[in-house]
Amino acid sequence: MIEVRNLYKRFGSQEVLKNINTTFEPGKNNLIIGKSGSGKTVLLKCIVGLLTPTSGHVFFDEKDYVAMGIQQKNEIRRELGMLFQGGALFDSLSVEQNVRFPLDMFTKMSNSEKLDRVNEVLKRVNLVNANAKFPSQLSGGMQKRTGIARAIVMNPKYLFCDEPNSGLDPQTSIVIDELIMEITEEYQITTITNTHDMNSVVTNGDKIIFLHEGEKHWEGTRETLFMADNKELIDFIFASDFLKEARDVRLEKIKAKLSK
Amino acid sequence: MAEYVHETGGPLFHIGRYVLMVRRSFANPERASMYWKETLRQMSNIGVGSLVIIMLISFFIGAVSAVQFAYNLSQSMVPMYFVGYVVKESMILELAPTISCLILAGKVGSNLASELGTMRLTEQIDALEIMGVNTFSYLIGPKLAAAITMVPLLVIVSAATGITGGLLAGSATGYVSSSDYLQGVLLQFVQKNVFIMLTKAAVFGFILTSISCYQGFYAHGSAIEIGKASTRAVVLSCIMVLFADLILAWLLLN
Ligand SMILES: Nc1ncnc2c1ncn2[C@@H]1O[C@H](COP(=O)(O)OP(=O)(O)O)[C@@H](O)[C@H]1O
Ligand SMILES: [Mg+2]
Repeated sequence: MIEVRNLYKRFGSQEVLKNINTTFEPGKNNLIIGKSGSGKTVLLKCIVGLLTPTSGHVFFDEKDYVAMGIQQKNEIRRELGMLFQGGALFDSLSVEQNVRFPLDMFTKMSNSEKLDRVNEVLKRVNLVNANAKFPSQLSGGMQKRTGIARAIVMNPKYLFCDEPNSGLDPQTSIVIDELIMEITEEYQITTITNTHDMNSVVTNGDKIIFLHEGEKHWEGTRETLFMADNKELIDFIFASDFLKEARDVRLEKIKAKLSK
Repeated sequence: MAEYVHETGGPLFHIGRYVLMVRRSFANPERASMYWKETLRQMSNIGVGSLVIIMLISFFIGAVSAVQFAYNLSQSMVPMYFVGYVVKESMILELAPTISCLILAGKVGSNLASELGTMRLTEQIDALEIMGVNTFSYLIGPKLAAAITMVPLLVIVSAATGITGGLLAGSATGYVSSSDYLQGVLLQFVQKNVFIMLTKAAVFGFILTSISCYQGFYAHGSAIEIGKASTRAVVLSCIMVLFADLILAWLLLN
């Protein structure tokens, strides 16, 4: 479980996060939603320690991460995987080497054990026959899959995904969303995903927190989402392409069925 | 670590952050084998990648020095074999280390700054940090180690090529025969000057690499910043190399 308590983050005079309090539970897909610029990435980076909160605490299973020394932090980091918005794959390494990297760095596995593990996770994310490809030769969806494979290769307890759908077409987005959800349940990971994509919100949101201008305006589940009485959240739902896209996806599915 | 990435400040802030960066780069790496692999890659990147351009430029510098010096000597009583001696000494003491490192500042410096800047802006450095990798010792340590070992080797090649350039130009223009020139080259061997050359090379290599890594590692903002960071890397490296040249000349020749 991850708990965020009284978290503030300021850049110079700009207050980006204001008094965030919430908890994220294992085996659940926790979503942070909000407009672009609302502070989702900054919150995620404060939780994983890429940014230091101006004040407040982040607890990983009751241990205060912000107060830890570098040694203890690194121990937590071995249990943590992150999928970055642009994939953040290492350009100079192939798919296989990218996924293998954490194993090379932190385990004493033999070469064949490493290779087995890499192929196992690549298969899990449905990316086969791409081992020798380089990131520049991959489509957006394949890059995301490789990123997920690298994030889960060490069997993390916590998984963080920053806008897993950005830059993907609606179909691929659904596939990636489902993959993240399945992995979360299968391995009982505490997953926190940032998104502004309403499609993933309604399918994936076991727990949802809604950020608006750096403040938490609402917290709930996908079931309670449409009964929310927060004005900003309602605006957010209606401003998104969600309703239109949902219709398009449905139309595609119906067309596919008819043509069979 | 994360604290200082997105901040900026005056010259003292940058000097402090630079010193911390260098210190952390020499921390014990997590996995020595990974570190070596990366060091070898950087050695070939710095060494092999710049060999041809350094040889080309050193050849012409040696050739031009020889011709100009021979022209000056031709109107004096000094024997012509002196050309070889002067070209050799000026290549070793000043031209080979300084010119090579100015070339390297332009070529390797901008390369390192844009490589690290791209890694920073595409969150590859964040990805390493999330895994618990010491990004300083993994990304910057091998580059510094590679520079300190490869740049002296390149400078030796540069000096040798420059002296050869002088030899060929001297005989091609008819100012000084190759046997006279060689007599001058072998006239006197000052071990201390070679030592100075190698010291300069290692120090300059360290300076240009660390400054360029600093500019790339702490790049932030949009993609335009990568270009700006490489330009800053080149300009600052050149200035600091020349400044260090002055300091070293003063320290080592006394
Ligand atoms: N490193 C930084 N320095 C200064 N301001 C930042 C930095 N990172 C983010 N911000 C600001 O914080 C706000 C929230 O950004 P972000 O969390 O990236 O939004 P999003 O919800 O789209 O992920 C934005 O106004 C952004 O300009
Ligand atoms: Mg974002």
